[in-house]
Amino acid sequence: MIPGEFTYHRPASVAEAIALLVDHGDEARPLAGGHSLIPMMKLRMAAPEHLIDLSGVADLKGVSQEGDVITIGAMTTQAEVIGSALLTDKLPILRETALLIADPQIRYVGTLGGNVANGDPGNDMPALMQCLSASYVLAGPDGTREVSSRDFYEAAYFTALAPEEILTAVKIPVPAPGHGYAYEKLKRKVGDYATAAAAVMLTMSGGTVSSCAIALTNVGDTPLFAEEAASILDGSTLDRETVKKAVAAAEAITMPASDGRGPAEYRTKMAGVMLERALKRAAERAQG
Amino acid sequence: MSEIENLPVTMTVNGKKVQRFVEPRTLLIHFLREELNITGPHIGCETSHCGACTVELNGMSVKSCTLFAAQADGAELNTVESMANADGTLSALQEGFRQMHGLQCGFCTPGMIMRAHVLLKENPSPTEDEIRAGISGNLCRCTGYQNIVKAIQYAAAKLNGETFQEAAE
Ligand SMILES: Cc1cc2nc3c(=O)[nH]c(=O)nc-3n(C[C@H](O)[C@H](O)[C@H](O)COP(=O)(O)OP(=O)(O)OC[C@H]3O[C@@H](n4cnc5c(N)ncnc54)[C@H](O)[C@@H]3O)c2cc1C
Ligand code: FES
Ligand code: FES
Repeated sequence: MIPGEFTYHRPASVAEAIALLVDHGDEARPLAGGHSLIPMMKLRMAAPEHLIDLSGVADLKGVSQEGDVITIGAMTTQAEVIGSALLTDKLPILRETALLIADPQIRYVGTLGGNVANGDPGNDMPALMQCLSASYVLAGPDGTREVSSRDFYEAAYFTALAPEEILTAVKIPVPAPGHGYAYEKLKRKVGDYATAAAAVMLTMSGGTVSSCAIALTNVGDTPLFAEEAASILDGSTLDRETVKKAVAAAEAITMPASDGRGPAEYRTKMAGVMLERALKRAAERAQG
Repeated sequence: MSEIENLPVTMTVNGKKVQRFVEPRTLLIHFLREELNITGPHIGCETSHCGACTVELNGMSVKSCTLFAAQADGAELNTVESMANADGTLSALQEGFRQMHGLQCGFCTPGMIMRAHVLLKENPSPTEDEIRAGISGNLCRCTGYQNIVKAIQYAAAKLNGETFQEAAE
């Protein structure tokens, strides 16, 4: 399994990386950790003629908070996400999700930016980003723009990212202190993509839900932001009847493929089960 | 396509500085095994699943079948060949694998040892669960893992100046 031939570039700045992408157009691909791209290149499902390795661009690393927004550089690895004290404190769901991705070796190398830019519906971070209302900072020849994670995914491997753009950072609004959260993922084994997974963010006041966001992984062509399911739960006490209705609303928007992870009907049901479990755990964690 | 220039790649492998010119598409595992004749890291699956190719790169455990040699340019890299003590005696981890029967065919062992080496650097006293999670990217087709876990516990105890009591199964 040897990848096809390519020319390797290691730019030192975002501007240089963009210039290379502009020069080589569709033939070029950014390389982050390579843990989605290299397997695809080995299978010759991807055969870029130019690889633009972003590892030399120092500005793309690091986690910081400014006001009520946390910014995570695209080249921050999953292991760095797991190890970040700031994220563990303010956005613990990110650590919980990262720990469910692949295995330790892959998490040392795979990046948050690569995970969200990849466009593979099996990736776990995209649905989480939608749940957190994150936005992506995209830099191109005409400057930078921000695109909401909820508008970014168009179809499997098709995203709003233009060929000459790179994703430089992810911006996440800091959730309210005392919020409840959970990412529940069903997988067959360590290192497997989700059969189905659900991300939940919740705030409670006086026993009722004051805000709720839900998104689902790997049960459609894109991550699915389950807006209706969340609005059904808003203002409820998470009583059984309401949860049942919300789960049904979430299941209704799924369109999973039948594959080695199970038939479509099963995966839809599992998305519902993951959501129910995530809601329960998020509610237990929520204060207020 | 034609005429892609070879790249200069420099790294420190097992304490020795090496430089080679490689095709950009050369995977790190092939660079180690074929260019440098370092055959401790094994190719088990070639698909990033088995961990037999695990090496230490700048203090991290990585699967060398899923990186280009070019990505390791400038890096400090260690393979199982560097694990024995300077006087040639077995390191605590190697001794643990031997005493606890942590291997049968031995194919997974170089990857297991390199992964465990970084795990113990980051967490010198791991619980059994932490060891199992820590080696979850390394597959073994022979042992059933019990004795691998014990081998790592043995090494952790020895490195902490304690003795590990349990026998191999
Ligand atoms: C065995 C195995 C199991 C895995 N299991 C899981 C899992 O359970 N869940 C999961 O979510 N992932 C899983 N992964 C994928 C892993 O998390 C990848 O690391 C991740 O999807 C991509 O990150 P990367 O940094 O490796 O990106 P790369 O592979 O380098 O890039 C992926 C794609 O994104 C593009 N890209 C990368 N960075 C940028 C950027 N900054 N700007 C623009 N485009 C960019 C690349 O051009 C490429 O098309 C697994 C991988 C393996 C090998
Ligand atoms: S050969 Fe690299 S993970 Fe199996
Ligand atoms: S000892 Fe044979 S694969 Fe582990």
